[in-house]
Amino acid sequence: MPDMDAKASGAAVVLGVDGLDALVGLLVAGGYRTIGPRVEEGAVVYGPVRGVADLPAGYVDEQAPGSYHLTRKKDGKALFDWTVGPHSWKRYLYPPEQLLFRAERRGGGFSVLPAAEEESPLAFIGVRPCELAAIAVHDRVFSGSGVVDPGYAGRRDGAFLVAVNCTRAGGTCFCPATGTGPRARTGFDLALTEIEDGKRHLFVVETGSERGAALLAGLKAPPADGALLATVTRLTRKAAKAMVRDVPKDTPQVLKRNLDSPRWDDVAARCLGCANCTLVCPTCFCATVEDTTDLSGGVAERWRRWDSCFTSDFSYIHGGVIRREIRSRYRQWLTHKLATWSDQFGVGGCTGCGRCITWCPVGIDITEEARAIRAGEGRAGEGRR
Amino acid sequence: MTAQVPTRKKPRLAVWKFSSCDGCQLTLLDCEDELLAVAGAVEIAYFLEATRARIDGPYDVSLVEGSVTTAEEKERILDVRRQSGVLIAIGACATAGGIQALKNFTSVDGLIRAVYAHPEYIATLSTSTPIRDHVKVDFELRGCPISKAQLLEVVSALLNGRKPALVNAGLCLECKRKGIVCVMVAGGEPCLGPVTQAGCGSVCPASGRGCFGCFGPKEGPNAPALSRRLTELGLERSAIRDLYRGFSGSAEAFREESKAHD
Repeated sequence: MPDMDAKASGAAVVLGVDGLDALVGLLVAGGYRTIGPRVEEGAVVYGPVRGVADLPAGYVDEQAPGSYHLTRKKDGKALFDWTVGPHSWKRYLYPPEQLLFRAERRGGGFSVLPAAEEESPLAFIGVRPCELAAIAVHDRVFSGSGVVDPGYAGRRDGAFLVAVNCTRAGGTCFCPATGTGPRARTGFDLALTEIEDGKRHLFVVETGSERGAALLAGLKAPPADGALLATVTRLTRKAAKAMVRDVPKDTPQVLKRNLDSPRWDDVAARCLGCANCTLVCPTCFCATVEDTTDLSGGVAERWRRWDSCFTSDFSYIHGGVIRREIRSRYRQWLTHKLATWSDQFGVGGCTGCGRCITWCPVGIDITEEARAIRAGEGRAGEGRR
Repeated sequence: MTAQVPTRKKPRLAVWKFSSCDGCQLTLLDCEDELLAVAGAVEIAYFLEATRARIDGPYDVSLVEGSVTTAEEKERILDVRRQSGVLIAIGACATAGGIQALKNFTSVDGLIRAVYAHPEYIATLSTSTPIRDHVKVDFELRGCPISKAQLLEVVSALLNGRKPALVNAGLCLECKRKGIVCVMVAGGEPCLGPVTQAGCGSVCPASGRGCFGCFGPKEGPNAPALSRRLTELGLERSAIRDLYRGFSGSAEAFREESKAHD
């Protein structure tokens, strides 16, 4: 297990709840679109927030495979006692539906018009360490290989990230196994750790960038003492210990040499092929491109929409669909996510957030499938390729 | 950048009704903001719900609503096919037999005697069947009723000579794109979304209710796996049967799964 302790730049400071409210206020005043956790439809989702009053005070999530339940603690005050919900920040950095360009008929020809300019820059409040890792994955996917997605890059470059360390383990997450949490080490402008124990309610704030430091300077916050920093370490370590799922380091090799494991048939009998795992995954990025026209034929638009390796159209090429069965689609997903992703992008595809486990309607657990494939080694001949 | 684009002529459109409630035809009239654009882009030649005026065929495009439930309809659909260039079946009745296909699961004579005071006046087939069972169908729009957006998309695609941008994937794709919180995972609501074709706009889950499958089965549905989960959520065997046996209950995957729970 990697060292979970942060090495943030600059001295950590302390903010009260009012101080956090003021911090969000500074971002709003600075022209940012501030997005953060809100309670909607019985879950913590990411939407517009203008201050601390919009945050899910006292809410705790109970997660298990195929199940999510949000409860409100009586007299609960903690703002970040939940872990992660069905949304991830890719909804904002890589929107589910994005207009790529528009074309208009003019005279005897047509003109191609670029998509509208991006709105004001984004500020995310409450980015979990696993989500910082997921954003770092997308940075590689969308701009790391020399081919830059301009829409993503534009939104990402301006985005201000306020991370929040996890002091409570979710019911399905496993970031210690992927080395992505529960304490943020890099990739944030500011990182919060909430301490709420009935006697005090405060945030230890670490700085990860110059603009983070500049924003914090406006709040005149006192430095955090050694005891508080020790508390941050203790709370995040406690959360790490509470996470039980594991993804052993040799999982990529295990999966690659078991492409005909009988377990693929077993999981295919349970998998709905519904694509939920990929759509809630903070690193999955597959999309389809659709052209539309209006009735008059005067306007055409090209849209990019989230798609999934679990749809038949996704593997449709000339002559037909490549992955006709759920078995081959699940195998594609799991082997890409846990094995070939790192060959492709130089970083793991799974950040241990547990969303694919919780939001799978039938509760299939990615870590359990990987473990079962390992356990079934040697019986490979029983499956079919 | 400019380039030459061809001009086009107005296609002649007909709208036909078989055994149905008229709701899908009404979707065309419900287009409101786009209605004038539709009327301007096509020549509405036969559409009794909208106008008594009728222009004789042949027709470039026929929208066919309803299922085939009588001997007369069996003949009439052949005539509609002969007169039509492109034939598009619209709605759960035309694509799966509709709610009236409940009779496919039981004795029609018994039903007629139970419902009508004078059963001797009723002449009906023993089944309600989709249009594709009788004639070649060029395209199908699912749903009870169909989605206005999908109707406009398919008409627009036809007019512009391109493939309609419609998905055959499950409803979950649409819920997740919209950011709707899963009613089954977070609310314990029974939902057919994971086995039902997307396209409705996630109307029911957006209102906190489970999908009842009116768009019919998605491509490659795994209904037995969903049924096991529905059982875990506390649904009785008969409730699972009835959930599948709804507006698209005679579509193969739903029919077989409901029969498995008889």
